Order: sequence, then C-alpha cells, then structure tokens
Amino acid sequence: MSAQKPRTLFDKIWDAHVVDTLPDGTALLYIDLHLTHEVTTPQAFDGLRAAGRGIRRPDATLGVIDHNIATDDSRYTGIVDPESRLQVETLQKNAAEFGMPLIPLLDERQGIVHVIGPELGRSLPGMTIVCGDSHTSTHGAMGALAFGIGTSEVEHVLATQTLLQKPAKNMKVEVAGNLAVGCSGKDITLAIIGKIGTAGGTGHVIEYCGDAIRNLDMAGRMTVSNMAIEGGARAGLIAPDQTTYDYIARTPDGPKGAALERALAWWKTLPSDADAHFDTVVRLNAHEIAPQVTWGTNPEAVLPITGVVPNPADIEDEAKRAQMERMVQYMGLTPGQRLQDLKVDVVFIGSCTNSRIEDIRAAAAIAKGRRVADGVRAMVVPGSGLVKKAAEAEGLDRILREAGFEWREAGCSMCLGMNPDKLTPGQRSASTSNRNFEGRQGPGGRTHLLSPAMAAAAAVSGHLADVRDYQPKESI
Amino acid sequence: MQAFTTLTGIAAPLPKANVDTDQIIPARFLKSISRSGFGKNLFANFRYKEDGSENPDFVLNQEPYRKAEVLIAFENFGCGSSREHAPWALLDFGIRCVIAPDFADIFHNNCFKNGVLPVRLPKEVCAQLIEDAKMGPNARVTVDLEREVVVRPNGEEIPFKIDPLRRHLMLNGLDDIGQTMQHAPAIDTFEAKQKAAQPWLYA
Repeated sequence: MSAQKPRTLFDKIWDAHVVDTLPDGTALLYIDLHLTHEVTTPQAFDGLRAAGRGIRRPDATLGVIDHNIATDDSRYTGIVDPESRLQVETLQKNAAEFGMPLIPLLDERQGIVHVIGPELGRSLPGMTIVCGDSHTSTHGAMGALAFGIGTSEVEHVLATQTLLQKPAKNMKVEVAGNLAVGCSGKDITLAIIGKIGTAGGTGHVIEYCGDAIRNLDMAGRMTVSNMAIEGGARAGLIAPDQTTYDYIARTPDGPKGAALERALAWWKTLPSDADAHFDTVVRLNAHEIAPQVTWGTNPEAVLPITGVVPNPADIEDEAKRAQMERMVQYMGLTPGQRLQDLKVDVVFIGSCTNSRIEDIRAAAAIAKGRRVADGVRAMVVPGSGLVKKAAEAEGLDRILREAGFEWREAGCSMCLGMNPDKLTPGQRSASTSNRNFEGRQGPGGRTHLLSPAMAAAAAVSGHLADVRDYQPKESI
Repeated sequence: MQAFTTLTGIAAPLPKANVDTDQIIPARFLKSISRSGFGKNLFANFRYKEDGSENPDFVLNQEPYRKAEVLIAFENFGCGSSREHAPWALLDFGIRCVIAPDFADIFHNNCFKNGVLPVRLPKEVCAQLIEDAKMGPNARVTVDLEREVVVRPNGEEIPFKIDPLRRHLMLNGLDDIGQTMQHAPAIDTFEAKQKAAQPWLYA
C-alpha cells in the first residue's frame, strides 16, 4: 500500500484481521486463536448444539481446565465439589463431541490458560487472541491483540471464528528509565493503575512502551499486560522485539525453521510507526516507582509500601468519601496506619499475573535461608505443569518448602475463590493475583496485591513488608 | 434473545461507583452449566448475611425493589471479570436495564447479547433518577429503546443514544451469529488469503 497514514501496533493487527465492514463501521474481525476453559464455555456449547452448529476452526481453538480444580493431590483422586466436577466433565464432554483440542487435566502442559498460551508457543505476535476471561489481555505482551469476551461471544467465535467489533481508541503508556531495586513488572502495572484509575483505559487498547517495559523479560511483560483490564482497557499490547523472538524460539509449538523466518518478517513490521497517533498518552518514570501494595478493594487503591492508610475525612466528594470509608472498614484498617504494620494470615504466590518461573525465582530468592513467620500460611502455586517441572529442576521447590511454603499443583487457586483454595472471613492476604475486590478470594477475605518478591517478604516477616529490607541472603 | 422495546417498572437505586462483576455475582456461584438460576445469587455478598439470612439493609431486599426491573448506579459499572453470568444474574432476578454514567467494556458488550439494556446518562441525571427511585412504588421509570428516551416519573423525557446496530439487534431480539453467518463467503476468502501468507497459523 502506498502513502498509508502512520499506524499503531493495534491498528496494524486490526487492519490485518478485518474480514468485512458493516455499513455502520462495525468490523467483522477474524480471530486467530481461541482459548477456552471450563467456566465460561458450557452455555456456549449448549448454544451451538441447539442451533446445530460446530466449531469452525478446531485447530485454532484450545481448551484447558484451570479455574475449578484443587491444587492439592485431589486432582488425582477426583474433584470433590460436585458442581466443579460437573463443570470440568462438561468441558471434557464438549471437547470430545465438538472435536476441540483439550489439554488433559493430568497432562504436564495443564495450567492457567494465560500461562500456557505463551508458554506453548500458541500465542504469537500479530495474532488476534480471545478467551472467555478478562485476563486474556496477558497475551498482549507477545505483541498480539488479545482480549476477554463473554460466553455469547465465545459461542460466536466457535461458530464463525470472528467477532463483531468496533475499533478501540489507542492509548500509549510510556514507562521511561530504569526500574529501582526491589521493583518488577507488578510494581509498574500497579503504579499505572494507581495513576489512570480502574476506568482510565475504558474504550481503549493500551500499548505499553518505554525503556522500563523494553527491559522486562517476557514474564514481567505478561504481568504488565495482564492487568491492563484492571485499568479498564480490554487489551494491553507490547511491541515484539528480540526478547519476544528469543522466548518464542524456546517454545514447543511455536513456528520453526522456514515458517519462523517468514513469521519474523511479518512480526518485524508490527511495531507502531514513529509518528502514529495515540488518542491518550500517559507517562511514568520508572525510577519514581517504589514497591507497590494495594490497601483497598479495587486495584486503583494502591500505594508505595512506605505509605499509610489514607483518611476518608480528607476526601471532599461525598460518593468517593463513602467508597473510601467502606474500603477502610471492609479491609479492617485505621486511617494513618502504616501499611508495613499490617499482619497477614495468608500469602498467595500464583495466578495468571505472577506464576511463571521468573516469579517463582523472585519469591525463592527472598525465601532462601529464611522461614515463613509463625501463624502465616504461605502457598506457591505454579502457573502450569511445565513451570512446576522447571522450578523443581532448579531446586526452587526445595528452597520454598524448606522455608515453610506449600508447593502446589498448577491452577487458578486462590485468585478467585471458586476452588478449594480460599480465604475465610476476616483473613488478610498478601497476594500476587490481580483483583482485590470484596470477597474475591473468599467471602469476607481481605486482599493486598503485590509482587512475588514482596509477597515472599510478607511471608517471612508476617506482615506487609518492604522487600528492599529483605534482599536475598545468598544467590540461588 | 428476548427483544427489548420499552419497559416501565420499578428502579432500584444503587448509588455506588465501580460495582464490579465479583459483586454482581461472586465466582463461587459460577459453577452452573446453564444460563438460568443465577438471580438468587445476584449481589450475594450484600444480599445475604454470613448465616445465609437476608440482609435487610440491602436495596434488593427492600420493598418495592424486590421487583425492580431497572438498576441505577454510578461510574464504571460492571468492571472486572468478563463473566456473562453478571448480566444473566441481573436478568434472572428481573432487571432488564441498568442506567449508569459509564460501563466497563466487556460487561457493556455482554448486556447486549442478553437483552439487558445498558443506558449511559450523565452522573447528575443518574443521581436525579436515584432520588426519583426512592420516592415510592408508584414512581416508575420508563425506558423506551425505540425512541431512545428515559421517562422520569414526572413525565420528563431524557434522551440517550445506543449504537444503531446494537439497537436494531436488541429491538428485534436477533442472534448475531445468524447475522455473521451471512458473511461466510467473506470469511472463507479471508482464511484462504491468510493461510497462504501466514501458514504457521494453520494446523
């Protein structure tokens, strides 16, 4: 094409996937990869069955079981909860009936859908990727347009391999400079949400850029993109570069040989043009980001670990003051209280946000030579069977077990309170997951979101702690 | 999908911002494999006490709001998880319309697939409608999708806008898979072209 107007990474992927345009501007967008799990699909398969439809591209569809299953040995003996068991069995039955590839429950590739997609080399740059799960934004770290959809849209993609979509606005989030000691992708993504708010990205697709993003490894980038949705953006992209290509080269199912060469030629055209237009631009300086922790009941209620619980009385807007009062009360806090003085009952290291090998290394580095504090339950839940295997090969499981952490099987676990891993009312958790909503980790549970290293520091100290005071005692 | 044309009913006031989908329907209730039956767990963490009894302070446990067909809230309604169980739970309870200053994107989409109408109105208008809703059981609100107006109990009409395609599908209760199927030849052509250019995307 000649003299085309400069385009963003999002524009380029979008343009390459428009099948047709409706008179009102709605696009019929082609979907390259559809990931599915047991919670948001049963009603979609019912719809297909009722209409006599099938799956258009089984080879572009992959199922995995992650939300419901226990992360202890009970997956080998049978799922205890009858409703969970039925949901899992329903996915297995639907996969068989409709010819959908499904990773078996006891396969070593089983894991959290947003961990296994990139890990297996199925999520690639330039792709459109959807899943009935809002954290599909994770795959944006691969340089893909990836977003969460509802069950009706799951059915639509199964039947047609397309979605009806209106184009989103472009938002650039630039994180300049170098990240300070003790900080990670989690601290970047929490700091961004703190700045733009939980609805700051509504109607937008974010592109994360700047040196601090560029310098992250793929796990760190996935953590950043994972939480785009917590800032209101359905998708959060990062342009592919050598870090991305090196990662893909190590995956089992990524393109190889001539196919990889051909893919690379297209991937290298994807980064946003220098003068591409962004509707909204946000800038942060990485060196100003301190280790972050949330204090309230949405991810925007976040502060540096050195902070204190805010005082609702300082807020003028009545509705906002009422919301803050509710948060302070629900979380069992006192205004002015130091965050570092908050004792924790449970530490959860896992979820699609932070359960990759790099996350487990970061936690093990802090845990090594230390002990989980008395009265604290600390669990590490790898994001997939392959992550678990890799961690065990490195001896990370031993370090963590010796420090008193539980070492568990892969799954969503305590991120969302729909499997046996949940908080009891009033329990306070330091969690590497993505949502601190009321009741998210179990009714009445109180969640503080933070990085894996910060979570490990909380486990060994027994309270929210500044990871910079707990640097590794020895290298691992 | 049930068509939505016009509705006159009781509106429940929920003057809160950032009502997330974990509040609308907590994850522990997502285990059903059917689309119905979620209404009893709508806002479960607020509607019921720990012992399972009703919390009389929550709006949907009060008269006349037990029969609410419209819900009025503040900013960023439906943020969080993509679960379509959120509109299913609203619908199963009997709520066909949510009015708020703005909605999270995925929830907003999901509503249209289920005949639940999300209406965006400025915050001060939402605040006014909330005051109206508190007046009593006769203070009913009308939501007219055909004319794109909300009618206050005093007769005042407030215009709103819905995307024309979505409005058309909603007014007629149309399934958009059927609509997309009409584009099958274009999908075939796209796939043939993509397969030639990007063979690694095909098994």
